[in-house]
Amino acid sequence: MDLFLQYLITGLTVGSIYALLAVGFVTIYNVTGVLNLAQGEFAMIGALSCVTLVNLGIPILGAIPLAILITAIIGFGVERLAIYPARNATPIILVVITLGVSIFLKGMGLIIWGSSPKSLPPIVESRSIQFFGAVINSQSIWIFILLFVLLILLYWFFDKTFIGSALRASEKNPHAASLMGINTSTMSTIAFTIAAALGAIAGVMIAPLTDATYEMGFFIGIKGFVAMIFGGMHSVPGAVAGGLLLGVIEAFSGGYISTYYTDALAFGFLLLVLFFRPQGLFMRATGERV
Amino acid sequence: MEKVEAILYGSRWKGFLGFIALICLLPFFISSQYIFTLFILIGIYCIVTIGLSLLIGYAGQISIGHAAFFGIGAYVSGVLTAKHDMSPWLAMGIGMIATFLIAYMIGMQVLKLKGHILALATIAINIIVYILLVGLSDITGGASGLIGIPNLSLFGLELGNQLHYYFLVWAFVFLVILFSTNIIRSNVGRVLRSIHDSEIGTETLGVNVTKYKIAIFALSAMYASLAGSLYAHYINFIAPPTFNVSFSILLLVMVMVGGVHSIWGAMIGTAAIMFLNEVIRFVGHTVFNISGEVEIVVYGLIIVVVMIFMPKGLIGVLDIRGKFAIKSAAKKNVASEKGV
Repeated sequence: MDLFLQYLITGLTVGSIYALLAVGFVTIYNVTGVLNLAQGEFAMIGALSCVTLVNLGIPILGAIPLAILITAIIGFGVERLAIYPARNATPIILVVITLGVSIFLKGMGLIIWGSSPKSLPPIVESRSIQFFGAVINSQSIWIFILLFVLLILLYWFFDKTFIGSALRASEKNPHAASLMGINTSTMSTIAFTIAAALGAIAGVMIAPLTDATYEMGFFIGIKGFVAMIFGGMHSVPGAVAGGLLLGVIEAFSGGYISTYYTDALAFGFLLLVLFFRPQGLFMRATGERV
Repeated sequence: MEKVEAILYGSRWKGFLGFIALICLLPFFISSQYIFTLFILIGIYCIVTIGLSLLIGYAGQISIGHAAFFGIGAYVSGVLTAKHDMSPWLAMGIGMIATFLIAYMIGMQVLKLKGHILALATIAINIIVYILLVGLSDITGGASGLIGIPNLSLFGLELGNQLHYYFLVWAFVFLVILFSTNIIRSNVGRVLRSIHDSEIGTETLGVNVTKYKIAIFALSAMYASLAGSLYAHYINFIAPPTFNVSFSILLLVMVMVGGVHSIWGAMIGTAAIMFLNEVIRFVGHTVFNISGEVEIVVYGLIIVVVMIFMPKGLIGVLDIRGKFAIKSAAKKNVASEKGV
């Protein structure tokens, strides 16, 4: 029972990170129809620039917002320079472009930060907490709180603000949205900027637990993508649930089956989902097959 | 009939003769062993990228998982020859058939998916195969790799020699090109192109689209397996990291940069990326003195720029010049059918 709870908490912690990335994926995919494979690199940039800022002597609570801001600006730049000029291209070309961006950002990360792993201090230094025999790292609690706050913020942003409504309108029907006076190309830029910021938050939060390297981006990004598919591509709550589910699957398969085959099992489960429920685990079937 | 084909596609013998002449003449101009190695590797990778060109450019299905099939081919050859002393040629054939069957079964499920999701599913397959290659260490040798893979020999001729292997690899490339152009110029090729343009449209004409998609997926996987076997017998050592997703991405980039709608484009892309790779690595290490895979920065940049400004790839640029040259009336209306 203790172990069960321990695996559950570990899974939910990692799952929260996947959930943040998945929300970024969903935002970009729904507004622009582009699947941004460079999403994980935003996490890498967020984490590593935060490390640099902390090393410069800026306190961690100031360094985190700055790192998120830097990453958001990079996200803005990526959309303007790489995605916008090719917005009418076929999906295959757009996938390859985001792959190119991902490789480029990874290379820049290598040149700027080198190849050795860097560690980031946790937000608040404190002891781990005992909870029914399971040990909870204090960083995990911060991650849960942050995910919760962000979800409320995102809900408020998408449902209660004008820009949020405009973003949702360009998702539902870009043509009609543009007829209503919404600049859909601006919306695409906003979506990328938000997604980059979310990626950076994910990176900053995971870095104290796993250390940050220039290579961390691609794999963590793929996991976020998997979480998004579990959730059904179109819904933010679905993406969060998918992220948590993926984290829990990984933790349990690592704990009860084999740590070595964790990723194989997670991706095997992904394939099963794609084959049997391509509309996502939590969605009712729609007419459109993915 | 011959005439119709020539009008539709143009003569292919000009391209073939140029290709053969280039391959035969190159060894006279290359003195360095290093560049020779590079040309052998380009030949091996070309076999994979030609298959990918059929899959992506003609059938319109993306794959970021062909390194897995390359790996399966290499490991079947490696394990059967190094551990069980089987004839390399037999092992190569077994590898190709096994890969074809595996890819056919995977394809039956995976090719129901489209676009981005298909890309992710193929990445997932690649990651699973990679993990199995490391994990099944009793058979594959695990993370430390598999050593002692013998050189090939043909009718008593030892093919460990660079020059001999060079000709062997490019002979295989030639056979693959011949086979692929035959497919492209047959009714199958026309069906594939029609699937590329509109799957639903093709289906309404009564064509079993799924069957063609799966067949071409399995064929391209079989090419990858052949290339993997040739790679294993050339390097004599294989280890799992070679067959990871990054190699799949590299292959995809080669095809896209060269020009996905033509198998010559796939080959140009392969050669261009390989040379670029070496040049950047050389400049990066000697001039700027940086270690590690810094070449990926330039890679990434080139991919983005090529995809934005010439989505048809390098061959697209050459093609525009070609079109000015052959502006004869017969070919004018069917220019879009060209590209073989």
